[in-house]
Amino acid sequence: MTTVTVDKAAPTRKVKYGSMSRDRAWALRWSYFFLVIFAIFFLTPPIYMFITSLKSSAEISAATNPWWVFHPTPENYIALLTSNQFLRFFWNSAIVSIFVVTITMLISVPAAFALSRMRFWGSATLATGVFLTYLIPETLLFIPLFKMFAVIGDWTGIQLINRWYVLLILYPTLTVPFCTWIMIGYFASIPKELDEAAVIDGASWIQTLTRIFIPVAFPGIIAATIFAFTVSWAQFLYPLVFTTSTDQLVMPVGIITSLIRGDVFNWGQIMTGALLGAAPPLIIYAFLMDYYIAGLTAGATKG
Amino acid sequence: MADVVLQPNRAAAQAARKRSSLHNALRRKSTVAFLMTLPLLLLIATLVIYPAFYALHLATLNKSMQRFVGLSNFEFLFRRETFWLVVKQSCIFAITAVIFKAVLGFIIAHFVHNIPAKGQRKWRGMLLVPWVIPPAMSTLAWLWLFDPSYSAFNYTLSFFGIGPIPWTGDPMWARFSVILVNIWVGAPFFMIMYLAALKSVPEQLYEAAAIDGANWWQRIWYVTLPMMRNIIAITTLFSLIVTFANFDIVRILTAGGPLDHTHIFATWAFRVGIEGSDIPLGASVSLFMVPILAIAAIFILRDVNKRGNEA
Repeated sequence: MTTVTVDKAAPTRKVKYGSMSRDRAWALRWSYFFLVIFAIFFLTPPIYMFITSLKSSAEISAATNPWWVFHPTPENYIALLTSNQFLRFFWNSAIVSIFVVTITMLISVPAAFALSRMRFWGSATLATGVFLTYLIPETLLFIPLFKMFAVIGDWTGIQLINRWYVLLILYPTLTVPFCTWIMIGYFASIPKELDEAAVIDGASWIQTLTRIFIPVAFPGIIAATIFAFTVSWAQFLYPLVFTTSTDQLVMPVGIITSLIRGDVFNWGQIMTGALLGAAPPLIIYAFLMDYYIAGLTAGATKG
Repeated sequence: MADVVLQPNRAAAQAARKRSSLHNALRRKSTVAFLMTLPLLLLIATLVIYPAFYALHLATLNKSMQRFVGLSNFEFLFRRETFWLVVKQSCIFAITAVIFKAVLGFIIAHFVHNIPAKGQRKWRGMLLVPWVIPPAMSTLAWLWLFDPSYSAFNYTLSFFGIGPIPWTGDPMWARFSVILVNIWVGAPFFMIMYLAALKSVPEQLYEAAAIDGANWWQRIWYVTLPMMRNIIAITTLFSLIVTFANFDIVRILTAGGPLDHTHIFATWAFRVGIEGSDIPLGASVSLFMVPILAIAAIFILRDVNKRGNEA
């Protein structure tokens, strides 16, 4: 019975569906066409980085087709990975990023918990204030901060300028507000019943945080960690202002100041360095893309 | 004798009471909450709020920072042509880049949204790469693509008979290049935001619009845009702040040159304040970013709070 009715209804529907699907097919083709164009635009610089990193200086200055490698050579990679200076930059970057991520999470997770769950006097204002702080760019603060640290050095004799650990003090100003903000969002989405149950069972606030909130909001913690890591790995202005000796530099500044000597650009090595510098965030992104995107969009699309 | 016995007892009792009151205080919600937010408060107070006001103070000092000179730093800036050039360029840079980023991001988000769901992840992953690479590193790649003598772009364009373009040598081209790189870095962010917003538009609305005979343009204008209004506003304002305060791209690509024709507030403040070691003047320059940032921040906050109330 049913098959008969379907057959009867089929002709009229099919025509309409056919035209729609033809429209769809064209829309799809155009979508792919433009996506390919945009992908070329977006991926050209990183691919070109890779192409150049495989070239020898002789091939670069020979001015042959720049888009192709005729004699691929790993010499740039070998040169950089055996240079103490470059390894030092990498090491500094890694140490700074790991410490900054730890400091950030230690500050922002408890604060976010307090701000989202333990309503106290001024907590709503403070949450807004945290968001506002996130909107203050580092380019506004680097000059007064530089002077501040110089004055501290004069008064107390604690030399902070031109030491890599000054970055451990500076970077949290960039990472903590946003991480607190997204953690507030994640914590707020946890049902109230869950922590009420914990309180009834006699858990203290700290226990509620460590036993319930952190495990439940773990995706949020990963997203915040990734954000903090990418920000501290990529930061360019603060290390440029606050560190100058080659043994104190981090990756981005190190590559730019040490591989560019006057007007001599060793492009093969610069591109290799840039690619190696871009590698850690790219690798994390490749494996944890969903967390990365969740962290990115959580700031604005929550709720 | 009794006194001797009593006294320690009383002292012990007092101590116990004290301890328990301290204990109680520590168990009280507000105290715990305060202790938990204390590091955050300290960080914001000492490293964000204090420097912000310190910048105001610095801006009123003379170059050697020993004498109060009132507003003469600002007067000096107003009389300099370079300053007005920087103001103009910052506005052009930020507004053009943000508009293009928003439009490109919107278009790309639509294309990604159009294709079958199982392919979307792959495309999204590819298109977000510019946002993931540290801007300082990717700008180096652009610098190399723009290189005056070995430019890969000029090499390619020469096949079409287009003469060598001075990408970073000519003022207009340098401005174009700087904006182009900024669009390249920022458009994926818009794409991701809009894509998330597009996914949240209920499919029924489009079906209803299709039944009413709406064409694709009307669907975008009457369904998509109103539904995404809030996210578009927040993303654009946020990007306006970030772009206006940009440093990395201009610094690496042109360092403000040729002849200061690509300087924006941040790079010029760095040039004057750190490289020229005139900290008060640099602080005054960077303070000019505050008004536009404040306006954008107020609007963002309004939208964010509105979202909060809706939810």
